[in-house]
Amino acid sequence: MSRTVFDRVWDAHVVQELADGVALLYVDLHLVHEVTSPQAFAGLRHAGRRVRRPERTLATVDHNVPTGDRSLPIADGVAARQLDALGTNAREFGIELFDLASPNQGIVHVIAPELGATQPGMLIVCGDSHTSTHGAFGAFALGLGTSEVEHVLATQCLVLPKPRNLEARFTGTRAAGVSAKDLILALIGQIGTAGAAGYVIEYTGEAIRGLSMEERMTVCNMSIEAGARAGMIAPDETTFAYLAGRPRAPSGAGWDRALAGWRGLRTDPGAHYDRQVTLDAASVAPQVTWGTHPGMVAGITARVPNPADLPTEDERRAAERALEYMGLVPGTPLAGIPIDRVFLGSCTNARIEDLRAAANVVRGRRVASRVRAMVVPGSQQVKAQAEKEGLDRVFREAGFEWRNAGCSMCLGMNADILGAGERCAATSNRNFEGRQGRGGRTHLMSPVMAAAAAIEGRLVDVRQW
Amino acid sequence: MVSPFVRHRGKAAALPRRDVDTDQIVPKQFLTAVERTGFGPSLFFDWRYARDGSPNPDFELNAPAAQGATILVTGPNFGSGSSREHAVWALAEYGFRAIIAPSYADIFVANCCRNGVLPVQLKAPEVDVLMQRAQRATQERPYEIVVDLGELAVSDDSGFAARFTFDPYGRDLLLRGLDEIGRTLLEEPRIAEYERLHT
Ligand code: SF4
Repeated sequence: MSRTVFDRVWDAHVVQELADGVALLYVDLHLVHEVTSPQAFAGLRHAGRRVRRPERTLATVDHNVPTGDRSLPIADGVAARQLDALGTNAREFGIELFDLASPNQGIVHVIAPELGATQPGMLIVCGDSHTSTHGAFGAFALGLGTSEVEHVLATQCLVLPKPRNLEARFTGTRAAGVSAKDLILALIGQIGTAGAAGYVIEYTGEAIRGLSMEERMTVCNMSIEAGARAGMIAPDETTFAYLAGRPRAPSGAGWDRALAGWRGLRTDPGAHYDRQVTLDAASVAPQVTWGTHPGMVAGITARVPNPADLPTEDERRAAERALEYMGLVPGTPLAGIPIDRVFLGSCTNARIEDLRAAANVVRGRRVASRVRAMVVPGSQQVKAQAEKEGLDRVFREAGFEWRNAGCSMCLGMNADILGAGERCAATSNRNFEGRQGRGGRTHLMSPVMAAAAAIEGRLVDVRQW
Repeated sequence: MVSPFVRHRGKAAALPRRDVDTDQIVPKQFLTAVERTGFGPSLFFDWRYARDGSPNPDFELNAPAAQGATILVTGPNFGSGSSREHAVWALAEYGFRAIIAPSYADIFVANCCRNGVLPVQLKAPEVDVLMQRAQRATQERPYEIVVDLGELAVSDDSGFAARFTFDPYGRDLLLRGLDEIGRTLLEEPRIAEYERLHT
């Protein structure tokens, strides 16, 4: 029977069928961070259980870490307690931890791929919804709640009803100035934030094949913003070239064996998808969100929509609420909206290619005087590489703050938050009310769009730069 | 161990909003705990309290008629966004045993099933009926709904009756309040066999 790449990875991990469509699946890689794990470890301890496969478990600190000077003690006592708890748990249960002192520390979804720990065909889980990022390698990667994290720690397995399979095909070629972020935002705008609920999305088409690994990660990262359980891209030469030589990737004869297996991870011609959507990449303009979820998005050349134009009462009310929260008036051109802050960071867009692209925009220019802008690299490795290339100087000279790695202002658990009413151009993935700070107003966009906005002090069309 | 969920009769409260994400259910500043408890007061924090910490009188759940509610009737795509199970812990600690909405985010449903909270999915027009009835409730005349997981049915005293479906595994977890890990560990020989063949 012909199968999709998702079918293949699913089938390879079934330990046992439990009920109709529900399976016990074996987990290859379990990523752990400080915020969603303490209660899981406490549960293990309470029940006298061990971590079944500590060597398949990898921990880091990212969500609440300060991104300023790492030589200072952590000012926030509660955050420090959570970081300490992960240190204690990792030691007690024998799990490798990349802590604040580690050169490999960073956002969990940035470090696992850069180490080569994320590999095609794996089943990867983490107590974090953006685990979908790792699907860029042809892995089935999904986010879990804390009870399931505890379950995986104890059993190395996960119980899951098999999601349905959606093909999102991106045809054509994207224009200059249009980023991977714009492709995924445009898709979410088209199908909605619950559009892929219950599905695993497989991204296909020439516009996807043409993406680098880091761009593919940006696309898969935001699968969850379309409501999907996971996103996947079948591995190809781009994937293999990225992995070759990474510290945790197989080497020597092991590499050849692995590669032979990975080459089989594809979707057969004529394989069944439960649903298919198509998007013409050539027609996508740089995207900007105007509301309080990622589906409230439009091309930069558009205007703030009028809630009255929406089809249902429900949507009209939601849009009115969103515009009130965002302090926007229907009909206002998106280009030109003044901003106060710029955040270049997050597991969506803080890899080296993102920083290079943004640096190219700001090089030799100055951040607008009313704007406070910061760059938070996705990992200490990304930071070190950027510094080697002199990107830190480019950003600093333009007036950006240059920080240490972490989630930072993506969710504002540390000191990096927006004030009430402050408007931010952000490269992260969620523009929910209060996400970046209570009353803060977030516009999601690509790194080059955010960089251009920093210079102009307002939203602009980077294609006209 | 969570308590089993079989059938529940309780007071309903309406939250007529769509796409309520887990950042709204429990804002990030409350995620620093290392325990599973203490989240009740932070439920819907930014909506529920004014800046000075006093209750926001305009928030639906602060209405006198909504006090003591155990069933939340709300809009589509409830629980979207972050995977934080803290959202379910907060709903449960606040007192909610069941939620009724036209749709949910996948991870949120999985989290509910592991904490004894039942996310009932009804058709949008059915939810509308319950929503309107809950919105008309007063302190003196509260509106009660019966949610029956055994029968997969929702009803009220005014003649409303609807059926729903639920994934059999999640239903079993809820009905029996099972220790899921203990149950999976019974499969140990299968897991060991898988490991022998694949690693
Ligand atoms: S960067 Fe943001 S979205 Fe990504 S893992 Fe951190 S908090 Fe979550």
